[in-house]
Amino acid sequence: MELQTAKHGRLWIWLDERIGLGGFAKLAKKKEVPLHRHTFWYYFGGMTLFLFMIQVTTGILLLLYYRPSAGEAFESIQFLMTEVQFGWLIRSIHAWSANLMIFAMFIHLFSALLLHAYRRPREMTWLSGGGLLALSLGFGFTGYLLPWNELAFFATRVGTEIPGVLPVIGPFLRRLLRGGNDVTGATLTRFYGIHVAILPASVTLVLGLHLFLVQKHGMSRPLSVETNSEEKKAMPFFPNFFLRDLVGWLCALGLLAALAAYYPAELGKKADPFQPAPIGIKPEWYFMAMFQTLKLLPSHILGIEGELLGVLGFGIVGVVLIAVPFLDRSSGLGKTATRLAAAFGFTLIVYSVILTYLGYTMNPTK
Amino acid sequence: MATNETSLPVDHGRRNFLNWFLGTSAGAFLVAVLYPVSRYLVPPEVEESTAHTVTLSVKTQELKANSGQIFRFGSQPAILIESPAGVVRAFSATCTHLGCIVQYRSDISQIWCACHNGHFDLNGKNIEGPPPKPLEEYVVNLRGDQIVVSKKG
Repeated sequence: MELQTAKHGRLWIWLDERIGLGGFAKLAKKKEVPLHRHTFWYYFGGMTLFLFMIQVTTGILLLLYYRPSAGEAFESIQFLMTEVQFGWLIRSIHAWSANLMIFAMFIHLFSALLLHAYRRPREMTWLSGGGLLALSLGFGFTGYLLPWNELAFFATRVGTEIPGVLPVIGPFLRRLLRGGNDVTGATLTRFYGIHVAILPASVTLVLGLHLFLVQKHGMSRPLSVETNSEEKKAMPFFPNFFLRDLVGWLCALGLLAALAAYYPAELGKKADPFQPAPIGIKPEWYFMAMFQTLKLLPSHILGIEGELLGVLGFGIVGVVLIAVPFLDRSSGLGKTATRLAAAFGFTLIVYSVILTYLGYTMNPTK
Repeated sequence: MATNETSLPVDHGRRNFLNWFLGTSAGAFLVAVLYPVSRYLVPPEVEESTAHTVTLSVKTQELKANSGQIFRFGSQPAILIESPAGVVRAFSATCTHLGCIVQYRSDISQIWCACHNGHFDLNGKNIEGPPPKPLEEYVVNLRGDQIVVSKKG
């Protein structure tokens, strides 16, 4: 006991007896991060988590002023941006952090895909990560409507029309999403509920599972490192890697503050359901590749409506992405399935980059 | 011991029954919770405006050749255009591609959707870009200086 008091304070001992701090300390001591030439990519999962925590904090702050109705939403944000002290800052950080979080998440996803981190026994980690990506895109899509401005209104009209093109269940899904036949105040209220309650609750569960599995299996070593059978170098997670994580987070916070201060989130014009879509209308950047694909597809391909084929195509890519661990079951360097998985990842990156580039550079009126 | 052994099959049956009973009760409970929740999530049908005819607030003399404007047709947006030749027509303004609201472009004398660059001619026919179908056309009647738009048929 004397020894313990010397090592830890009395508060530690008091808490340890009641909640078992020693267990956590043991866990933290045990956790290691493999060191190799791809270690850099390990930072992006934690980075996504950090940006998510910023989203939760700023999101709660925004709730204090936001009013979720078609008559008041736009005005409440106008008030927040112009009257509330630092209101512009909180909203800008929320908007920018959302973008950075999705970006960090994509890097995390593609590094896990290209380094084949999904392989046995981490299939469930991959699936829960896929679930988190879907939930995050849902956050982005529902949050985009909340300011109730022109861009948001049309982005939501198009976005909710996309499942609507599916045969049989399409119209029902569209009504379910919109809370009616058209995008109205009912849609806004529905999206608000999804954005601030349903999605956060779901993320909490799936994120909990994802983090638990990462602790359970430890970090994956890339195939090239694993088969090299050199001595497996590693770094203790706590405090060594964690401190490096913190440096990364500090950099992200600096970038975030700069972006929010120099490029504050815009509000635009209030949505008017009886005005034409504005020229140059665009979705968020992470939906741009899909948006541009739908723009370039002709009206009919082999007698089938172009947008239906496009939507089915996105669905198939999503299913293949989620199913990668089951398509590449016995990953190994040089194995066809493993190579195909990497080729699929590269193709997806190249395709998204080109289509996103076209989306931002093509003349919208031609 | 012997009695225990002989009573085993009976126990089994009882256990099976209880398991079945518990399972169906749990199932029924779940249905009783999920059914109302799923019905709750589907929005109720709201009476759509049944008006098949609207009289526009804009007058004939205010119309200009080679221009267009959006008006309310019940709860839906519609577009009234006057062609360069002076013909007045009206269409649904909801793009047949992914539901954006179209506009009239006087530079090319076409109806155009800004969302995915869809083009329609002055008859509402889809002529370029992704829209798969023509715009629904309405009937325009000019009564004195009044413009009356109604659904076909």
